[in-house]
Amino acid sequence: MSYLIDRRLNGKNKSAVNRQRFLRRYRQHIQRAVQDAVGKRSITDIEQGEKITIPSRDVSEPTLGHGAGGNRGIIHPGNKEFVAGDRIARRGGSGGGGSGEGRASNSGEGVDDFVFQITQEEFLEFMFEDLELPNLVKRQLAGTETFKYRRGGFSSVGTPNQINIVRSLRAAHARRIAMGAPKRRRLRELEAERQQLLQADPLVRDTRRLAEIEEEMIVIQRKLDALPFIDQFDIRYNLNIKEPQPSSKAVMFCLMDVSGSMNQATKDMAKRFFILLYLFLKRNYDHIDVVFIRHHTSAKEVDEEEFFYSRETGGTIVSSALRLMQQIMRDRYPESEWNIYGAQASDGDNWNDDSSVCYELLIKDIMPHLQHYSYVEITPRDHQALWEEYEQVQQLFPDSFAMQQIVEVRDIYPVFRELFRRRTA
Amino acid sequence: MTQPISTGSEWTFELIERYHDVIGGIAAEFGLDTYPNQIEVISSEQMMDAYAASGMPVYYSHWSFGKHFLSIENQYSRGQMGLAYEIVINSNPCIAYLMEENTITMQALVIAHACYGHNSFFKGNYLFRTWTDADSIIDYLLFARNYVASCEAKHGVDAVERVLDACHALMNYGVDRYKRPYPISAEEEQRRQAEREEYLQKQVNDLWRTIPSARAEKETEQRIPFLKEPQENLLYFLEKRAPLLEPWQRELIRIVRKIAQYFYPQRQTQVMNEGWATFWHYTILNEMYDRGLVTDGFMMEFLQSHTSVIYQPPFDSPFYSGINPYTLGFAMMRDIRRICEQPTEEDRRWFPDIAGSDWKETLQFAMKSFKDESFIQQFLSPQVMRDLKLFYVVDDDLRAEIEIAAIHDDEGYRVIREQLSRQYNLGDREPNIQVIDVDMRGDRALYLQHMQHNRRPLGPDTDEVLRHVHSLWGFDVHLESVQDGKVTQSWHCPPEPDQ
Repeated sequence: MSYLIDRRLNGKNKSAVNRQRFLRRYRQHIQRAVQDAVGKRSITDIEQGEKITIPSRDVSEPTLGHGAGGNRGIIHPGNKEFVAGDRIARRGGSGGGGSGEGRASNSGEGVDDFVFQITQEEFLEFMFEDLELPNLVKRQLAGTETFKYRRGGFSSVGTPNQINIVRSLRAAHARRIAMGAPKRRRLRELEAERQQLLQADPLVRDTRRLAEIEEEMIVIQRKLDALPFIDQFDIRYNLNIKEPQPSSKAVMFCLMDVSGSMNQATKDMAKRFFILLYLFLKRNYDHIDVVFIRHHTSAKEVDEEEFFYSRETGGTIVSSALRLMQQIMRDRYPESEWNIYGAQASDGDNWNDDSSVCYELLIKDIMPHLQHYSYVEITPRDHQALWEEYEQVQQLFPDSFAMQQIVEVRDIYPVFRELFRRRTA
Repeated sequence: MTQPISTGSEWTFELIERYHDVIGGIAAEFGLDTYPNQIEVISSEQMMDAYAASGMPVYYSHWSFGKHFLSIENQYSRGQMGLAYEIVINSNPCIAYLMEENTITMQALVIAHACYGHNSFFKGNYLFRTWTDADSIIDYLLFARNYVASCEAKHGVDAVERVLDACHALMNYGVDRYKRPYPISAEEEQRRQAEREEYLQKQVNDLWRTIPSARAEKETEQRIPFLKEPQENLLYFLEKRAPLLEPWQRELIRIVRKIAQYFYPQRQTQVMNEGWATFWHYTILNEMYDRGLVTDGFMMEFLQSHTSVIYQPPFDSPFYSGINPYTLGFAMMRDIRRICEQPTEEDRRWFPDIAGSDWKETLQFAMKSFKDESFIQQFLSPQVMRDLKLFYVVDDDLRAEIEIAAIHDDEGYRVIREQLSRQYNLGDREPNIQVIDVDMRGDRALYLQHMQHNRRPLGPDTDEVLRHVHSLWGFDVHLESVQDGKVTQSWHCPPEPDQ
């Protein structure tokens, strides 16, 4: 007796839960690896999966065993020239004949590392874990696409795919009881009378009445049988109600300085910062608008492609970008409907007296309408006028204005995490 | 002239069934007695899943299986490792997996190897007969998985993980070596578990009613009876005696212990088991070839993979990692047949009992009544030692040089056989550690002793493992290595301040 079973269609991810357990346990290691990877990657492949390496002592499962030392004997195969009594100098200290304990690795990674691959999805999850847009509020009940269907009881009209079988049959049952009740009552009365008649002495039995009764009973029974089991009238449909959802519409303004003072490395870092931001927004928020503004002496709203790849350059007037941002906010993003965010990257270099203009613009026209504004300055040098002006802005808006400095590529991700860290309210 | 069963390399379900019938028929002619077979065709992903859970179809969830899975996945995807052709489970019916990517030749090889080789070994070998319960293992694993899941729901994944981690570290010290365990049955376990819970509930009520906590602790202390003799089953000891564990934690220890017990015979019969299965796939497929049931191409493919399975890299090869159990087992099984069929003068001297006897009966006897250690002691012949060119190296850290103590010659045969047999003795391979005392009047510290053999010290993981013991015991744990009555090294958890 034997069986041959095709199991190929059974689930294949039986180990998924154990894999998740493993990732959960080594979350910190993975997070560190992700952080390193973000710093090292080129801009275009930042969203790939990642090979994670964990030192094997950290993932080892300890067991009791013998260590090196003592007097131990081992049998080995493949003798070529040894004879009994040969003495050989010890190589490396442990293991007879240079083997036994240690395992050589020919794969490039030492045996000391435990290496595995995480998927792109997992990579992004680790990358943006515990991050959120600060101060996001649900603004209003508006917008056409923010309806949600909700179960709302039952209805007697609807489409066949929404028939509720239990309710329909229950209604049919009720109808059959209700419609049949008078007839059944009459049937019982007749039956009682018939029994009475039957009990009477056969000589004095009223056979005419008996025949009448039996005839009526047959008619009634036929009527009862004719009651339909289910009727159009019984059918009930699940009812879905369309409900407006409070929306949290948000817009992010990305302001990037592309002036001549920004060298290639600085621009690259700014782009990395915005790519992180863009990925984060795309991944974690369904409905979000992103407005890209690049500026040198004049600012220009551009699309994603141009924002990241255009090479246009010139002098620096930061306020041009802020002005454009304010303009766009006024035209397209009324504060009553939108959560407005801003992120700005610059090397801190600005036209001499323009920084104070920026200050004025920010505190008067921009900050009062914003949920949050973050400024990153990418420079290894001392801060200039712009940073000082912005420090004053921060004093006025401590909750919604954040500024950070980036010196090297590897600062970007930590700074990014710091800016969008989930705050417990 | 018989027609070959198939000529191509593709497999179909009909073909597998026909091969299985033929192989089963030949196996029966050779006198192999097996459990019914349940052959399951799976994909390579499913094979990796099965692999990660020690080959079992159900297992509880634990991160270490995830780790195992990730490393297999990583190696497999980079082509560093082919998956095993087969996994076979000691259960009744005996479950064997065939991978869909394999050719019909490989499927036939696996059927002969697993469904008739391993299967008959599971059914026949005395260790498996005495120590494991093929009928109930799957049910028990199912019980274990559900129980662990319910504990996770009640007490949190982390709490369960802590206990399981500790148990896994001591898994090799969770087996009874000399007593036959009671047969396990899932229903029985569930009933017992329910009783336990009920009892616990009563305890809780009692506590609520009268007894203040201080007195409760005192009672715990009195409950530990004096340890009459050293206990080698550490997990059993902890399950029964650790004072602070909750009932569910004891149950988890029990589960790990039962599973360790189930795997214990497999660890003791690796050479025999693989040798037996390899010998039979080799014999059966050759028989099929002789009868004209398979083609030359089939045989070429089969022999190619057969030879790579039984390849033994010499000690100085970069691929060497100890003696290949397939090689040793297969060489010995074939050698027994040779001794029976064509004994030389040497064989008659060494094996007067079996030289010239019926080979099938002798092999059955060998398979049924031994484990690796005693099998080697009984049947390793000078011929095999010469073929494998075995030699014995003594590495004594008191001497500057290592010594070749014996090689495959007349003076060396007995030494090599003795030493190789010892190498497969789990009692020698694993440090001998026992519970010797509990300080019941004092700080309730647990005392463990390591009986050192040949001055071999404990490995670098010892501190880590001791921490796990400590987490289960709940009070101080001390471990001493003892050689010739003298303490050579000691470990403490928590570490003693002067260290």
